[in-house]
Amino acid sequence: MTDSKYFTTTKKGEIFELKAELNSDKKEKKKEAVKKVIASMTVGKDVSALFPDVVNCMQTDNLELKKLVYLYLMNYAKSQPDMAIMAVNTFVKDCEDPNPLIRALAVRTMGCIRVDKITEYLCEPLRKCLKDEDPYVRKTAAVCVAKLHDINAQLVEDQGFLDTLKDLISDSNPMVVANAVAALSEIAESHPNSNLLDLNPQTINKLLTALNECTEWGQIFILDCLANYTPRDDRESQSICERVTPRLSHANSAVVLSAVKVLMKFMEMLPKDLDYYGTLLKKLAPPLVTLLSAEPELQYVALRNINLIVQRRPEILKHEMKVFFVKYNDPIYVKLEKLDIMIRLASQANIAQVLAELKEYATEVDVDFVRKAVRAIGRCAIKVEQSAERCVSTLLDLIQTKVNYVVQEAIVVIKDIFRKYPNKYESVIATLCENLDSLDEPEARAAMIWIVGEYAERIDNADELLESFLEGFHDESTQVQLQLLTAIVKLFLKKPTETQELVQQVLSLATQDSDNPDLRDRGYIYWRLLSTDPVAAKEVVLAEKPLISEETDLIEPTLLEELICHIGTLASVYHKPPSAFVEGSRGVQHKRITGSVGSGESESPDTGSAAGASEAPPAVIPSQGDLLGDLLNLDLTPPATTGPPPPTSGMQMGAMDLLGGGLDSLLGGDLGGSSAMGAGFGAPTPAAMPASFNAPVSGGLDDLFDLGGGVGIPTGVNSAPKTVWLPAMKAKGLEITGTFARRAGIIQMEMTLNNKAMSIMTDFAIQFNRNSFGLAPAGPLQILTPLGPNQSIEVALPLSTVGPVMKMEPLNNLQVAVKNNIDVFYFSCQYPINMLFVEDGKMERQVFLATWKDIPNDNESQFQIKDCHLNSDAASNKLQGSNIFTIAKRTVEGQDMLYQSMKLSNGIWVLAELRVQAGNPNYTVSLKCRAPEVSQCVFQTYEAALKN
Amino acid sequence: MSASAIFILDLKGKVLICRNYKGDVDMAEVDHFMPLLMQTEEDGLICPVMSHGKVHFMWIKHSNLYLVATTNKNSNASLVYSFLYKLVEVFTEYFKELEEESIQDNFVVVYELLDELMDFGFPQTTDSKILQEYITQEGTKLEVAKTKVPTTVTNAVSWRSEGIRYKKNEVFIDVIESINVLVNANGSVMSSDIVGCIKLKTMLSGMPELRLGLNDRVLFALTGRDKGKTVVMEDVKFHQCVRLSRFDSDRTISFIPPDGESELMSYRINTHVKPLIWIESVIEKFSHSRVEIMVKAKGQFKKQSVANNVEVRVPVPSDADSPKFKTSTGSAKYVPEKNMVVWTIKSFPGGKEFLMRAHFGLPSVENEELEGKPPITVKFEIPYFTVSGIQVRYMKIIEKSGYQALPWVRYITQSGDYQLRTNI
Repeated sequence: MTDSKYFTTTKKGEIFELKAELNSDKKEKKKEAVKKVIASMTVGKDVSALFPDVVNCMQTDNLELKKLVYLYLMNYAKSQPDMAIMAVNTFVKDCEDPNPLIRALAVRTMGCIRVDKITEYLCEPLRKCLKDEDPYVRKTAAVCVAKLHDINAQLVEDQGFLDTLKDLISDSNPMVVANAVAALSEIAESHPNSNLLDLNPQTINKLLTALNECTEWGQIFILDCLANYTPRDDRESQSICERVTPRLSHANSAVVLSAVKVLMKFMEMLPKDLDYYGTLLKKLAPPLVTLLSAEPELQYVALRNINLIVQRRPEILKHEMKVFFVKYNDPIYVKLEKLDIMIRLASQANIAQVLAELKEYATEVDVDFVRKAVRAIGRCAIKVEQSAERCVSTLLDLIQTKVNYVVQEAIVVIKDIFRKYPNKYESVIATLCENLDSLDEPEARAAMIWIVGEYAERIDNADELLESFLEGFHDESTQVQLQLLTAIVKLFLKKPTETQELVQQVLSLATQDSDNPDLRDRGYIYWRLLSTDPVAAKEVVLAEKPLISEETDLIEPTLLEELICHIGTLASVYHKPPSAFVEGSRGVQHKRITGSVGSGESESPDTGSAAGASEAPPAVIPSQGDLLGDLLNLDLTPPATTGPPPPTSGMQMGAMDLLGGGLDSLLGGDLGGSSAMGAGFGAPTPAAMPASFNAPVSGGLDDLFDLGGGVGIPTGVNSAPKTVWLPAMKAKGLEITGTFARRAGIIQMEMTLNNKAMSIMTDFAIQFNRNSFGLAPAGPLQILTPLGPNQSIEVALPLSTVGPVMKMEPLNNLQVAVKNNIDVFYFSCQYPINMLFVEDGKMERQVFLATWKDIPNDNESQFQIKDCHLNSDAASNKLQGSNIFTIAKRTVEGQDMLYQSMKLSNGIWVLAELRVQAGNPNYTVSLKCRAPEVSQCVFQTYEAALKN
Repeated sequence: MSASAIFILDLKGKVLICRNYKGDVDMAEVDHFMPLLMQTEEDGLICPVMSHGKVHFMWIKHSNLYLVATTNKNSNASLVYSFLYKLVEVFTEYFKELEEESIQDNFVVVYELLDELMDFGFPQTTDSKILQEYITQEGTKLEVAKTKVPTTVTNAVSWRSEGIRYKKNEVFIDVIESINVLVNANGSVMSSDIVGCIKLKTMLSGMPELRLGLNDRVLFALTGRDKGKTVVMEDVKFHQCVRLSRFDSDRTISFIPPDGESELMSYRINTHVKPLIWIESVIEKFSHSRVEIMVKAKGQFKKQSVANNVEVRVPVPSDADSPKFKTSTGSAKYVPEKNMVVWTIKSFPGGKEFLMRAHFGLPSVENEELEGKPPITVKFEIPYFTVSGIQVRYMKIIEKSGYQALPWVRYITQSGDYQLRTNI
């Protein structure tokens, strides 16, 4: 007889009947009744009304019945918390049962009853079970600590369970060790600062020993925990790797992936010239390949991870191309991932095979897969130059199939091939033109139009072709419209005689009949260019284009590093950091790989002495919740408690400084007061806070900072009021406020050093981290006399721009280290970029014109400056104060156009066109520069200067 | 860390049984699973991981069931899938088949197992042989349970119980090699490898220590002997009973075996394998009238060997009709639901060549739907022979009672993923 009979009773009055049966004297009948209750529960019926009757059955010596009652309790206790107390006595009693199975069952179930009132009764039984003689009970109790912590963290801490749990790491039984590790990791994950898993060589050694003896799942817990450890040196790193590598031979794919995670991470510590490094690389390939014989879902996880591994260490799998060939019966998600990896591994050595495969795939039926395959052929052409010709001919073959989406996809990639290898494959244009009519996707249409415009001189009927698109101009997507506009202008510049009408038609369509601002702007610009100076127009529109890059879709290196630390997890599957998809990932520390010292491979953004500073990337966004606890850490900085509070800035400032301090200890862990470069937060005056920094506080303040981003940056007099860069409580009493100024062509960092500590400060020195424009102190910090308590000193530090260069984020960020007799302190600040505008930044008109044309259009960025009530002359004067020079002014249709130039200290020119329309408070500034990254900063300068 | 809850759903998405392990994801979230799955399926973006808001679903399908794990954390995805497949394995060993009915018929045991297999999202004991010692289908009486403290569960040897007795101590070793090949339409071998596994059927008393000796080239190099044929194993995977660190240091395969049947190890060999059964095919499709198929199969292995139960599966268009066959040996059958012809040859000696011709009619109105190009696949089994030449050199069995035990070895080569692409 099977259990299915229990599902069949559906009569009315069933609950009543069950109640009677539950209270029956006969054991068998009771058990049958409980089974019926559970069956009803399983199909989703509400049987909570039977709570007291079921709980009455709890005191039984029948294990099966007991389990069923426990199961019932787990489901309904939450809805009947008061009645759940009734069960407590039996739980407590069961925790002392002579049978370990029952003891474990009781402690396991109690932890699952998430009723606050019960938890306190749980403490004593749990304490006993954690020290039980039977390992089965201990391992269950270890997990129960994590459950209890989830319900009432404070209780667990007060009761000292965490320490007991830590002790279990040294338990003699490997299963207990594994569960203790799992429980601790789980708790640590939700409380990143609890420092629960203070892994040290001794504990690591215990874990590695248990690794050899525990179950496959236990091995995963331990490996995942190991991955959080940072070895002290390369020798320790190597010895851990040596003990982890045998796990690569485990039959369970999850064990293998967790082992790969540990190895990939610790490998970073090993010097590359070490023999062992090479050995390890070789050992990683075979298990990764074998993962592809696992079940499809596991294959998928493996492939997503291999995609990361291939980007980080391409050498591991470079000879394994074949295993990524797609099988006919692979699920689509496996196929697409394999394809992605094939492209990453494509090289001159294997390109012939890869191409043959891709061509095969392109004739499959699954549309998404086929599209990706076609696109992959194009990517191969761009990546492996020697193969380009073969790729193009393959693509042409595919176009001949006339399969609509294949043709469209092929045309999109051929456009890129033209960009990469100009003047090589234009012979195929005729074939492409034949397929014009079948293109119905915007991307393909835009690509085709681009091709026609770009090669208009070789296509006899280019005008007819483009004209045919023009008919439905307004139905096209923006992408196509823009492309069409540009293509026709190109055509006109190449064949001016026959196409005048056409160009006028498109210009009027774009400027008069369209309400898309991008389209209109582009239309106007072309119109103006063509009407004022056709030669110039030619040079602008037909300018030589920069080459396109070979690799696409590469994951940004810091994210890649982080993801490598999450191999096997959802983060690695999504290719997103956990903070992007885990709710309340508050204060989750970004896992980072610590590179080997002196291997020269990893860039170290430190000023040399700031070890560990990279641990605190400024992007970490902790939330308020965690700050409370960390405020306590403030008294780690003794002077702050004795010194007077920051005097000038008022209450709000003070509050923010507290946040800053709290943040820092959060980011830097136990670094305490002298912590890290994350000190971007450390200078939280609204004026200096760039908008891009996420404020650690909610809404209102955020807005405040946002506003500050643009408004407060100084100009005109070339100097802003000083802001607090280094608050006293972060620097053991030393407060630094400062600003930047450009005086007589010299950049100065003007600072006020304020001693708020009780003791005298001497021996000041200053150093900068490498930064975007090579700013460096031109001389030592001129503080010759000791600085007594409550004294302050003004100092101006001239800066040179010949220091070492490293791109910062944001560009104008400057990380500073200041030393005195007490300690070294770090802060970062941002300089307005106009500090770098040199006095001879006025360009010759001719040069300006040529340069403007010369810089590719893609480098142009446009900004709006709102609510500005100056006329163009006043604006010009204001800007001149910041070394932004007006070269020419034109007035078109009541609109003043100012052409301006400025030059950065490193020789980069920025060209600008400022449009001012009388009566319109919104200005438009277009910036063109060979280094377009600076545009945003320059724009901020504009905005600040004009609004000041 | 891993799953918050586990659900078993039927094909319509109705929850058959579930277990909430952590309580941090609303159990009602599973209602989004089926709509989400159907949506992604429709978009052709089906994926084993799906998310709805902050909840992530990791799922597998087994017969008419979906096994779904939910989480809202950055879970270890590979662990979750491994665990879901382990669930299938355990349930199958308990109920023979895992399907909708067996869940309903055994819901009490399923609940018990779910309670034992995972705790707070951490997988625990998942060895079904051990589980069967204390979670039985008849409902354990407490008296029985008292005598059976589950020591094995927490032992370092968690896969074998103590006190096993056999009258005759034997161990059967099966060495099975599967050949994977992918051949292009023009006849060139795109990729080929051998995936081998060694299966044990252990009928040994007590706690025996076993040591398996193979003609492993790395081992031979380590011990300085270089006689005879050796095999290079690209990657080896072991059952958890094998001491991995021992293998890592001196290539010794030493272990205490689980009782009964188990897979001791698997290995992969990345060599060029000559496709053992070579297929040449000519498939001509005359639109609106007919398809003509000619397939030649050749046994490219030793004359003394014989391939058994050979099946050559040739794809045909889905709208083909009125099949006609001619074979030089064996029999051909049209399987319309799979759109293929299956040519079966019971016994195929090495070196021989056979031929099959097939003729199909095609409707005059052409099928508009584009069809894929499924490859020809081949199934076969060749006993007493391994392609790699791997050999069991010895199996040492030591038990403290000192009994004599006999190892029996059997070799089989079979087809794995054996695909030959065609032109149509």
